[in-house]
Amino acid sequence: MFQDRYTLAQKVYPYEKSPDQDKAEAVRHKVVVVGGGPIGIATALDLGEQGIPVLVLDDHEGIGMGSRAICFAKRCLEIADRYGCGEPMLDKGVVWNLGKVFHKDDKVFEFNLLPEEGHKYPAFINLQQPYFEQYMIERLRALQAAGAPIELRGKNRVDAVDDKGDHVVLDVMTPDGPYKVEADWLVACDGASSPVRAMLGEEFTGKVFQDSFLIADIKMRGDMKFPTERWFWFEPTHGQGASTLLHKQPDDVWRVDFQIGWDVDRKEELKEENIRRRLDAFLGPDVAYDMVWSSIYTFQCKRMERFRHGRIFFAGDAAHQVSPFGARGANSGMQDVDNLGWKLGLVINGKAPESLLDTYTEERVHGADENILNSTRSTDFITPKSEISKIFRDAVLSLAGKAKFARPLVNSGRLSVPCVYDGLSLNGPDAVVGGPERTRVGASMVDAPVDGKWLLEILGGEFQLMTIDADAPESLDVDGISVTRVALSAAGNPELAHRYLGDAGSAVYLMRPDQHVAARWERFDEAAIRQAVNIATGRA
Amino acid sequence: MSTLNTDPNIDGPDDFYAKLLAVHEGRTKEQSDALNARLVLILCNHIGDPEVLDAALKLAADG
Repeated sequence: MFQDRYTLAQKVYPYEKSPDQDKAEAVRHKVVVVGGGPIGIATALDLGEQGIPVLVLDDHEGIGMGSRAICFAKRCLEIADRYGCGEPMLDKGVVWNLGKVFHKDDKVFEFNLLPEEGHKYPAFINLQQPYFEQYMIERLRALQAAGAPIELRGKNRVDAVDDKGDHVVLDVMTPDGPYKVEADWLVACDGASSPVRAMLGEEFTGKVFQDSFLIADIKMRGDMKFPTERWFWFEPTHGQGASTLLHKQPDDVWRVDFQIGWDVDRKEELKEENIRRRLDAFLGPDVAYDMVWSSIYTFQCKRMERFRHGRIFFAGDAAHQVSPFGARGANSGMQDVDNLGWKLGLVINGKAPESLLDTYTEERVHGADENILNSTRSTDFITPKSEISKIFRDAVLSLAGKAKFARPLVNSGRLSVPCVYDGLSLNGPDAVVGGPERTRVGASMVDAPVDGKWLLEILGGEFQLMTIDADAPESLDVDGISVTRVALSAAGNPELAHRYLGDAGSAVYLMRPDQHVAARWERFDEAAIRQAVNIATGRA
Repeated sequence: MSTLNTDPNIDGPDDFYAKLLAVHEGRTKEQSDALNARLVLILCNHIGDPEVLDAALKLAADG
């Protein structure tokens, strides 16, 4: 009846029989999350911190084995920080800035992410996915201990969902047999092959790429070490595939990724002796290593048409899938949760109309399309799909060594940056003349050191009015939504001034709970702010 | 923003044409294709202006 689909790295939420299972009537929950992966747990953290009861159902009992996602981007870490679990990720993760690109045996060029000073989090860290999940679950346990209404049930597999219009009924299977659960709202975070999506019969359309990649995570033995850099080879002469990636993870583990073609015998390729044959050809005969994890993946760029279906939401890979180039999978899933959490909270608390929830689709489809576009372009460069596409790709690579202009054309993955909700329906006025482009309305906030703290630690979780050298009341009640002022000054905070004032002498920013800019002005104007809060919450 | 110049702009058109062919001499089709691709990229970068590039792409695509 219960077969694990994968091996666990850690059993962290073993099955326990819930009193719900013995009730004659199905018990109603506010929010049920399907899936205990990083996106499901993040949803529980977001809602739990708001005090909204949330039940997570997972068909396993813990964290899956294998490094899997290893590259976590700045915005994703900032979201994790808002949930209270960003710091252990940063402490454990490997920070890297330098990337080198090779064509055949020659280094074509190198790039430096050139981190800008004055941010709590770097552009990226490399961290094995199980650590990422572990730190989130530890945070979830801490919140539970402090009384947050979060429940996590292992070996609870959702077999059917029925949207009744004003609630959803779920058939749940457990080692003790089936039971029913009701939910006001359901969030499906059940991965790329989402069973909930299949139950609704929803399509998942897009492009499948005809190539496969062999991942081998290895731990070096002895003194052999590579630098903490991202190395990418096009057409490596070791002959083990059309491209190779080498990237460092914590615990002296290295990710090696070989592009091995479409028509491969997966079972044969995954035999240790065959993986070692490729690794030995790549690393040379004298390098000793242990195998940590291996996998073959193919990929697709797909998304659902809508991420909200009545009372059911889809988030993360369940809603959209991209190629791994550019680290846009888990990173965009975290942004989904960041977006959905506060909207669902307001609707559940009766402070915003249900139509606000449709803007989850609007904003996150916008994000997914940007990710799909970028990741498709990277894929077209890494695995050219026609003869002429390969001719141009090779022309770029052969020029990049001697002509600088060709380097920006080399695309071994455009690294994930958060999307800006430009021109979307929750945006208010952008009325700071000469205001910086990167903190325009729709953008996620840019961090900055402020009076010995980080700006993103001060803001988030509720609507806030950030004033820089501008007067405003300490708080404002906009029909039940309280807007608290955060008063800051450009004096002594040059990064803040540079990132938020630009040419202006003062500014008033209306910030959403997900740290996106809802509107901005040069001075406080109560009527304008009330109107902007109503726009940002779907009430106008 | 400038527009794509489709008027004669090369001094000594016959000389240029001969040089264009000469650079391909002795190359295989594959080598010539690669050279042409490099040449396209070099010239496009020199132009830079997206409007001019779009107009050039369109003129070329229309054959």
